[in-house]
Amino acid sequence: MIPDYAVWLIIFLPVLAFLINGLIMRPLAKEKNAKYSGYITILSIAGSLGLALWAVYSVADEGAKEFSHVISTHWLGVGDNLNIEISILLDKLSATMALVVGVCSLMIQIYGQGYMKGDTGYMRYYTWMPLFTAAMLGVALSGNLIFTFVCWELVGLSSYLLIGFWYHKPSAAAAAKKAFVVTRFADLGFVMALVGIYFGMNGTELVQKEGINVFDIANLPDIAHQAITMGLISTTGFTWILLGIFAGAAGKSGQFPLHVWLPDAMEGPTPVSALIHSSTMVCAGVYLVARLFPMFAMHEYGETAALVVAGLGGFTAIFSASMGMVMYDIKRVLAYSTLSQLGYMMLGLGAVAYGAAHTSDHHEAEHLMELAFAIGMFHLFTHAFFKSMLFLASGSLQHSTGTFDIRLMGGVRKYMPWTFWIFIIGSLSLSGIWPLAGFWSKDGILLESWAHTPWFFWLAMITVFMTAFYMFRAIFMTFFGEWRGGDPSGLHHGDEHDDHGHQEVHPHESPFVMVAPMVVLCVLAIGSGWAFLGPIDANAFLGGHSHAFFSVFTEFSLDEAKHSLPLIGLIVALFGVFVAYAIYGAQWVSNEAIGRAFKPIRTLWYRKYYMDELYEDVIIRGVLMKGIFWLCAAFDTYVVDGIVNGTAGLASEVGGLFRKVQTGQLQEYGIAMGFGVVVMLAAVLIGFYG
Amino acid sequence: MEWHLISPELTMAVLALVVILLDLVVEKKHYLPIVSAVGLIVPLVLAIDLWNEGGLAMNDMLAVDKFAIFFKVLILGITAMVIMSSWRYVNDKFEHLRGEFYALILLSALGLMLMAAAREMITIYVSLELSSMSLYALTAFLKDRKSTESGLKYILLGGIASAILLYGMVLVFGFTGTTHLDGIGAALADGGAREPGLLLGVVLIASGFAFKIGAVPFHMWMPDVYEGAPTPVTAYLSVASKAAGFAVILRIFFEAFGEPGWLYDDWSVLWGVLAVVTMSIGNLLAIQQSNIKRLLAYSGVAQVGYILVGLAAANAAGQSGIMFYLAVYSLANLGAFIAVIAISNKIGSDEISDYSGMFKRAPVLALVLGVCLISLTGIPPTAGFMGKLVVFKAAMDEGMLWLVVFGVVNSVIAAFYYFKVMKVMFIGEAKSLVGIPSDSGIRAALVISIFGVLLLGIYPYALTKWADIAAVLLP
Repeated sequence: MIPDYAVWLIIFLPVLAFLINGLIMRPLAKEKNAKYSGYITILSIAGSLGLALWAVYSVADEGAKEFSHVISTHWLGVGDNLNIEISILLDKLSATMALVVGVCSLMIQIYGQGYMKGDTGYMRYYTWMPLFTAAMLGVALSGNLIFTFVCWELVGLSSYLLIGFWYHKPSAAAAAKKAFVVTRFADLGFVMALVGIYFGMNGTELVQKEGINVFDIANLPDIAHQAITMGLISTTGFTWILLGIFAGAAGKSGQFPLHVWLPDAMEGPTPVSALIHSSTMVCAGVYLVARLFPMFAMHEYGETAALVVAGLGGFTAIFSASMGMVMYDIKRVLAYSTLSQLGYMMLGLGAVAYGAAHTSDHHEAEHLMELAFAIGMFHLFTHAFFKSMLFLASGSLQHSTGTFDIRLMGGVRKYMPWTFWIFIIGSLSLSGIWPLAGFWSKDGILLESWAHTPWFFWLAMITVFMTAFYMFRAIFMTFFGEWRGGDPSGLHHGDEHDDHGHQEVHPHESPFVMVAPMVVLCVLAIGSGWAFLGPIDANAFLGGHSHAFFSVFTEFSLDEAKHSLPLIGLIVALFGVFVAYAIYGAQWVSNEAIGRAFKPIRTLWYRKYYMDELYEDVIIRGVLMKGIFWLCAAFDTYVVDGIVNGTAGLASEVGGLFRKVQTGQLQEYGIAMGFGVVVMLAAVLIGFYG
Repeated sequence: MEWHLISPELTMAVLALVVILLDLVVEKKHYLPIVSAVGLIVPLVLAIDLWNEGGLAMNDMLAVDKFAIFFKVLILGITAMVIMSSWRYVNDKFEHLRGEFYALILLSALGLMLMAAAREMITIYVSLELSSMSLYALTAFLKDRKSTESGLKYILLGGIASAILLYGMVLVFGFTGTTHLDGIGAALADGGAREPGLLLGVVLIASGFAFKIGAVPFHMWMPDVYEGAPTPVTAYLSVASKAAGFAVILRIFFEAFGEPGWLYDDWSVLWGVLAVVTMSIGNLLAIQQSNIKRLLAYSGVAQVGYILVGLAAANAAGQSGIMFYLAVYSLANLGAFIAVIAISNKIGSDEISDYSGMFKRAPVLALVLGVCLISLTGIPPTAGFMGKLVVFKAAMDEGMLWLVVFGVVNSVIAAFYYFKVMKVMFIGEAKSLVGIPSDSGIRAALVISIFGVLLLGIYPYALTKWADIAAVLLP
């Protein structure tokens, strides 16, 4: 069993790297020693990953299904009724998440060695990265919602710093601001939910009599249930709390209508996108819902919220995929794909939660509780690997061609064989082609949404087609056909091709430090679906579900509609690949012809449903700036400033009055003391006789 | 007689005598501060060693409980920091009186330690006088006009306060027949001695200690004395004697006057009103100041108001809250004063306008002073925020919302003058660009205070845990 301090170290090793790089390296180290900041980061995260693996082993050893271990320490405690705790909840869910974060982060830090080489902000990059990793590990391992919230905000902050990493680019600065503001806006819901939890549930017996902290995640479902049965909180109130939490989760995970920040966030360095916007931060929302899953799945009470989660997830899946189909920036294609996949995860969780909350069969509800981890988290798990790998591959393309625009690439297959194959495998996995990882996890979601929320299932099914289509559209345009020249102005500084005289780009394979991490992730993208390989019994870990998947595929029969789903999903995906081939590979149908035929809808998609315009022009400039903000400004200028200035003036006046008493004359000081005694005595005696 | 129970105090007295004797025989006087500061480790270790033991010493006159030990450790720590940071100042200003200076500081610390432990009124009075006498002398140590004047003011007003206190003690003794605090508590317990005369005694005792901690209207000596006294003495005065004053107040009001409901309700509200008056007037006067030492004096008055909120709450949370608050206030206030010592050593002025552009001249000192002022304002992530939080929370538990509202409003007013100093330091134009040197003693003391302020701001449980355990006084 892993000792408690080692679990703390998972979080604090990257914090240490952050402190060393931020406080010692950046102010003091010379430029030529900058590389050590990268080594420090990689070392610390490798340490975290090792410990996270140890944690996973321990959890598996202790019988993963029921095991949960809480390590808590006080953060602030005075007297009896002010106790704020920081605690860690170690169970299969948190251990898995920590593992995902550790693996992806480590691979991406190694990749960054090549990608960020020569960048002037090298040490800054390796300062924020461990901070982000630490915060994300904190979200994963936290056992207390307050601690979760602190880490949650740290994730937001470090993400802001990393998106705006190239802050001299106006677009990057704007994107960072947008991401921060949108997610903060969503966090308002989270905060309200925390307030609701405190006021609604602090009076329960579990909190008052047994001394359980009201924000303790492991006990929160029981506390909530007691609060509802004791009548401390109404079902509606409880639903609002759940929706508040989901609002926070939706902001981080880019669910409609809060998705607008994620595509813009691609302005950050590609490794940042690979870590933050594909495998970790954006998954934090999904993870939070999974973490509090028993609350969403609470019989009768969680139903509405679960339905909202599933519905919004399903809608986001298809909504984002539609925009991904028309983008030319390969990173943005991946960004929309990420949004869409996050929608899938939410759909899976929501569907299972809805099923569990809806059914009156106790056993089935318990079974569904088990499934939740296998459904939502399994896709998060596999998706993290193949999506961060795809991002890294897109970074590798840009590193070599100077652009993300697929119109400027073409035929890159010949020059960059590793990147090509890695991209192919990632895309197949993402499209859900047997036997790659994505197939297993995605079909789990399809299966459950068919069983519990069939009306959203159709959205998911159409999305399968769209996913395969946009991924292979990108592949055919990028890797096949003729080389279209790239963008010489976008080449990375410090690169050997960075001689400004030449206007030609010669694509070449990326250096070993960039290819190697992609290969490692590629192995996981292929294999992580079969099971968790190695000594961990996948069966115990996934509640028996991973094997069930396997048997579903080998023994499916067309008699049972349910069992034929994976096959149908596979056929739909292959059809998507075929259509992409038809248009962009073989060019049987002209791309332009289709574009003309569907011009209105294509424009609608390309302009992202005009959501940016809606938010910025209508809501922000129109409603907020001209309306509410103007009112606030007026209120501030005339009322608040008036009061403040008045108070300050009054304070000065009164202070001046008192100052006159302070003459420096000893007699007057003595008189003041005597006066004090007399007044106090008078007051006390009046109290005594009155 | 259990000698080891008073071993911290005994070794402290021995240390003071050793310093005086060394001063007579040793040629190299610069060893004196080192001997004093390092010597403090002995009583410190002995005090900590008694943590789990406890008991009563000297015919039940001294309590060796966790409460007393908490304060002893605090006072010893403050003394060490003051000595560390002052050797340069002492060398410059009164080179020939170094032995006396350190010995007097140690003796007054001894008096304060005894105050924290005393549970009998005559002992309380004697230890109070022991510390006060040394402080009167220290205040006048510069022997210039201002210093002498402030020393004289201090001793005269202190004498009045002592008389008030003593008269109150006599009255309480007359009504209860004992000078032991637990005896007084027992005599008052069953509705005994329910007389207006006893109330007079309580009010007079409260007034006497209100002088010691500097609550309004017993605060008027503070700005004059703070301004005139040598800056290290001011720093010491502003934290150590307040801490001990609160220790005595807590012990008297909890152990002697805590039991009977009629009295308890009275003094809780009494201190509450005093808290409001103290913080409001302290802040209003601080806004007016242009001298940083006077500003810190009035800000110290306001801080006492916040601490009194915890006393008005009169519960266990208030007790441990006061202890926590005093510790973080000491760290921040000392940090601020030490930075002021370093700066005034160089520029020879305490006017705030002369601090203009200090960030460019002495970035580290300006930053430390800034963080300490932020902590005094009560803004996270500094410890001052946590201190206010725990004290106000204690008052909320007792339903004293009015008190908390006053506290919060006053914290906002206080931000005005703290930020004014910071604005001058960080935004103002530097008058010269000559750097400000600081010696290793000052640097060490600043590191301790800044580290403490930030650590307790981020992880307050490191201290609230001990304060909770040490809050053993029962009403």
